[in-house]
Amino acid sequence: MNLLTLFPHGWQHYLLGGLLIGTGVALLFVFTGRVGGMSTVFSSTWSWAVQRPFFQQPRFVGSRSWRLVYALGLVLGAAVWWLGWAEGAPQSTGLPAWQLLVGGFFVGYGARLGNGCTSGHGICGLGWLQLPSLLAVLTFMATAFMTANLFALLAGGQA
Amino acid sequence: MSTAKQSPGMPAPRTPTAAAPHSAAKAVVTLLAGALFGFGLSLSTMIQPRVVLGFLRFEDWGLMLVMGGAVLVALLGYQLAPRLMRRPVLDDHFHAHHAAWNRDTAVGAALFGVGWGLCGVCPGPAIAGLGAGNLELLWALAGIALGALVQGWRAQA
Repeated sequence: MNLLTLFPHGWQHYLLGGLLIGTGVALLFVFTGRVGGMSTVFSSTWSWAVQRPFFQQPRFVGSRSWRLVYALGLVLGAAVWWLGWAEGAPQSTGLPAWQLLVGGFFVGYGARLGNGCTSGHGICGLGWLQLPSLLAVLTFMATAFMTANLFALLAGGQA
Repeated sequence: MSTAKQSPGMPAPRTPTAAAPHSAAKAVVTLLAGALFGFGLSLSTMIQPRVVLGFLRFEDWGLMLVMGGAVLVALLGYQLAPRLMRRPVLDDHFHAHHAAWNRDTAVGAALFGVGWGLCGVCPGPAIAGLGAGNLELLWALAGIALGALVQGWRAQA
């Protein structure tokens, strides 16, 4: 038996990357007390433009500034990696635009309806030992596995 | 606290808090925390949708290590900090994080998974990937922003 066959592209960068992500989340909490899931920024940012009561809730208006700063940090960190570790090589998704747009729509709608995404329920929720988050993670993992495999099947392995 | 009257239409006056002097420092730490997150997502290739889709098709289990590593460190921070420190370094209280399991969480998580399984992009990588020059992710970002808008539009505050 060889565990390494599970990781055809190596495993160190996965683990190290994960530890760094967790360090960012923990650093934010230890210094500011904030819980840094990523999907809320997509609701809180709308509060600047949309006056409907839903978007004007204190939890969005009160956190919209730091969430944008946090998102800006995300972009900066990726830029440091890109320029320092990937020599600025062109990055491509290899996916058609409609797939990103439609998939993204469900990601945004679902994450906000369910109050969390891979980081909100996954990293923060599990780190907080929240049973509802574990159930959410198991749910989205299940539908994601099904969708990805079904789509690959339907697309004849091209996608 | 002063006893100034507030009419409902007026914004409440901001009360200066002990945390206010730290607002610049908090912004810097928030930016730095985000940068670590974004660097980690990039190093672990989670900003590449094909790697995520490869995991979802059981071709590469790396995402489990990313998630496991991130949860491990976050768990240490969330569980230890409130026990060892009376308050965060730059603020007066730790925020609580409570998830609820109800119909919205179940349906939302299921729909999120459908979208994630279709495009291999979740909110963090959609944002971070732009910093790595992958502008195609603007499509995913637009989709996520639109989805969040529609969700909020339909929801009751």
